[in-house]
Amino acid sequence: MTQTMYDKIWHHHVVEERGDGVALLYIDRQIIHEVTSPQAFEGLRLANRKLRRRDANIAVPDHNVPTKNRHLPNPDPSSKEQLETLEQNVDAFDVNYIPMDDIRQGIVHVVGPEQGITQPGITMVCGDSHTSTNGAFGALAFGIGTSEIEHAFATQTLVLKKSKSMRVKIEGTLPFGCSAKDMALAVIGKLGTAGGTGYVIEYAGSMVEGLSMEGRMTLCNMSIEAGARAGMVAPDETTFNYIKGRPFAPKGGQWNAAVAYWKSLVSDEGANFDKEVTLTQDDIVPLVTWGTSPEDVIPVTAEIPAPSSFADPNKQVAAEASLDYMGLAAGTPMQEVSVDRVFVGSCTNSRIEDLRQAAAMIKGRKISESVKEAIIVPGSGLVKHMAEEEGLDKLFIEAGFEWREPGCSMCLAMNPDKAGPGEHVASTSNRNFVSRQGPGARTHLVSPAMAVGAAIAGHFVDVRNY
Amino acid sequence: MKAFKTVTSIPTPFPRVNVDTDVIIQGQFLKTIKRTGLGVHAFNSIRYDREGNHIPDNIFDRVPYNSASILVAGDNFGCGSSREHAPWAIGDMGYRCVIAPSFADIFAGNCAKNGIVTVCLPQEQIDILVAEGQAEREITVDLEEKTVTIEGDKQFSFDYNAVHRHMLLNGLDEIGQTLQSDAAITAYENERRLVTPWLFSE
Repeated sequence: MTQTMYDKIWHHHVVEERGDGVALLYIDRQIIHEVTSPQAFEGLRLANRKLRRRDANIAVPDHNVPTKNRHLPNPDPSSKEQLETLEQNVDAFDVNYIPMDDIRQGIVHVVGPEQGITQPGITMVCGDSHTSTNGAFGALAFGIGTSEIEHAFATQTLVLKKSKSMRVKIEGTLPFGCSAKDMALAVIGKLGTAGGTGYVIEYAGSMVEGLSMEGRMTLCNMSIEAGARAGMVAPDETTFNYIKGRPFAPKGGQWNAAVAYWKSLVSDEGANFDKEVTLTQDDIVPLVTWGTSPEDVIPVTAEIPAPSSFADPNKQVAAEASLDYMGLAAGTPMQEVSVDRVFVGSCTNSRIEDLRQAAAMIKGRKISESVKEAIIVPGSGLVKHMAEEEGLDKLFIEAGFEWREPGCSMCLAMNPDKAGPGEHVASTSNRNFVSRQGPGARTHLVSPAMAVGAAIAGHFVDVRNY
Repeated sequence: MKAFKTVTSIPTPFPRVNVDTDVIIQGQFLKTIKRTGLGVHAFNSIRYDREGNHIPDNIFDRVPYNSASILVAGDNFGCGSSREHAPWAIGDMGYRCVIAPSFADIFAGNCAKNGIVTVCLPQEQIDILVAEGQAEREITVDLEEKTVTIEGDKQFSFDYNAVHRHMLLNGLDEIGQTLQSDAAITAYENERRLVTPWLFSE
């Protein structure tokens, strides 16, 4: 019987079938950060339980870490408490840990792949919905809640119901001026934020195959924004070349065995998907969100839609509320919307390739005087180091950007990096929810090149003409 | 976990679509190391104005909804983050059940693990329940029978994940249950160690 990649990985991990599509599924890797883990560790402690497998877990602080003045005491006592609690927990439970002052520290979903922790064919979980990023390697990787973190700690398994499968094919060559972020936004625009609910997506097609690992991670990262539990890309030579030689990668004689296993995971010819969606290169243009849901996406050349243009009355109400919150009028050309802040970073767009794309837009220009703050936050200390070796930091600083230390930063504003009420942010992050980047902040999701273009012009621009 | 059999309440009508986890509990309130005390911060952008002043007649704090234990919501409720803080916050407000046309997967799973039942019903039935809430009439959700009842009037049936239903009805500790499969987990691990030895460093 033909199987999809998801079918194969699922079947390889079933410890016990429980009927009705539910299984006790084995978990190979868990990554941990400070926000969603304290209550899970507390649960273990209260029940007098231990970690089942020390070597399957790794922790790194990211959400709360300041991106500047790290040598000073943390300005926020509750952030400080969460970071200290993580340190106490990894100590007490003997968990692998990458501390804040380690060059490998960064956003969990940047660190996992970078260290070779993320590999094809594994099941990988983290108390963070953007764990879907790791599916770029052909892993089954998904976000879980704190109760499930505790369950995986104690049992190395989860009780799960198998999702349906969807194949999203994107065919053609990535158009000039576009990136994997525009592909991700196009998919969400097409599916809607609930379109993937109940599904695991496999991305395929020539445009996906042509992406680097960084691009595939950006694409898989936003699967959760379409409601999907996980996103995956079949492992190929691009994947193997990325993994080889990384600290947690298979070594010596195990390497060839691993590659042979990984190659066996790809979906069989003629495998049945519950749903198929196809996009072509005509669907991929520089995109910007105008509202407070990632599905509120339009080409940068378009005008902000009127609520009456939506067929569904509930969507009309939501669009009105969105426009009110965003302080935008229907019919305004997107390129006339000015930006107050610019943020390049997050688990979506903070890898070396994202920073290269951002830097390429600068071309000796400076950020607009109307922009209050423009920050570049690398995804890890190693990304930061690599960018500095290439001289990208100098390009950013000379143009007026701030060059920061790695972390989640202004993606969700749990650290001091925030936008003020009413401010418009050109952001490479993944969510434009109400108050996501600070109470009252207005987020527009864009690619790294589009964010830099907006920083230079002071408003959104079509990077293809820039 | 607290067992769930039935709950009867005037439902809070909140039929907005795509209510995300940031709407349920904003990022600034995630800096806690406890599961409790999040109710006061739930639905912050609806209960407080942009200056942080409480809006007294907001739907959640208005009588009778301030003591409701059922929430009737719009499509795709709980989309966004995997943060379990969202069900903790809703539970802390006193809700034991959310009824909507659809839920985000992770949110629904997180609810089940915290004794909150998520009931999916078609939009036409949601519209009726919203009207019941607005009219301040009680409804009953019965997990054993998998029904929602409007007293003396209609009854709607719903499907529910069999594993979650069993856990919820009996208030079971899921980890305790899984640990009964310890031998099967060990057997799996021993086999997996042979197939993918590179995933085991100890």
